[in-house]
Amino acid sequence: MALKKSALAVGQTHSEVVIENLSRTQLVMYAGTSGDYNPLHTDDLYTKEVAGYPGVFAHGMLSMGLTGKMLTNFVGDGTLKKFGVRFTNQVWPGDTLTATATVAAIREEGGEHLVDLTISTTNQDGKEVVSGTATARIEA
Amino acid sequence: MAKITFPVEASHIMMFARSVDDPNPVYHDAEAAKSSEAGGIIAPPTFPQAVAQFDPDYFLRPKHGQKWFGSAKGPSGITEKPASSGGLHAEQHFEYHRAVRPGDVLTVETRAGATWEKESKRAGKLVFSERITDYRDQNGELVVTARSVGVRTEKPVAQG
Repeated sequence: MALKKSALAVGQTHSEVVIENLSRTQLVMYAGTSGDYNPLHTDDLYTKEVAGYPGVFAHGMLSMGLTGKMLTNFVGDGTLKKFGVRFTNQVWPGDTLTATATVAAIREEGGEHLVDLTISTTNQDGKEVVSGTATARIEA
Repeated sequence: MAKITFPVEASHIMMFARSVDDPNPVYHDAEAAKSSEAGGIIAPPTFPQAVAQFDPDYFLRPKHGQKWFGSAKGPSGITEKPASSGGLHAEQHFEYHRAVRPGDVLTVETRAGATWEKESKRAGKLVFSERITDYRDQNGELVVTARSVGVRTEKPVAQG
């Protein structure tokens, strides 16, 4: 359900573990549905020997998608107005990610009640992998 | 750039939600979605990016009759250096004008935005470029606006 204005306060947080021990198969699933078949995400041989990385790593958009799951669980379905992120570090197979939204502002614009959130997703070492902001409609 | 037609289908939404490990019934269960605040199945927030499936020229998909730069017998299926694999995704922003739903037929058009450069100790010279994408529905109404920033690095970023 959409959040209620009366139940929100600036500084309030919502946090979820959005993936545990990320599998390479999850990266294959994401390649298949998104259509982004860049071998950097599914092809270890290419990624190590040609591209020079330690191994395959997650699509940035998979990290954003996992972060989006936390966001829609928090703000409700179909209430998002804006969602934007920077990919600050790579996500590797085996990573466990925790996504957190923090209430930055509660406001009104064009007759709508809105909540602004800051978003941060970190890995098991506390390193930030996604940093961003979102805005969602709330109930008065 | 050419306009792409992106037909939004319930099965694609279901599979996309699985691929981001999201079991929310609003993405796959028509009955449950009907009685939810969304009023029916909708697409997850990052689904618009799956328009790549409908781009006939998308360079990160193997194509009939063309050599693919990923591994096969050897570590790469081509001998020359791949032109585009060095690009990484730096930022992604979505603005939602309404929810994307199965049955929508979106017309998707991308235009180039700004480009800029930065020096990085870890990866050498970084070249950033922005792309702005409009997703319009069958009535010409704007559904989603996306802004994507890509970065090309001089050398691979060795550790995340």
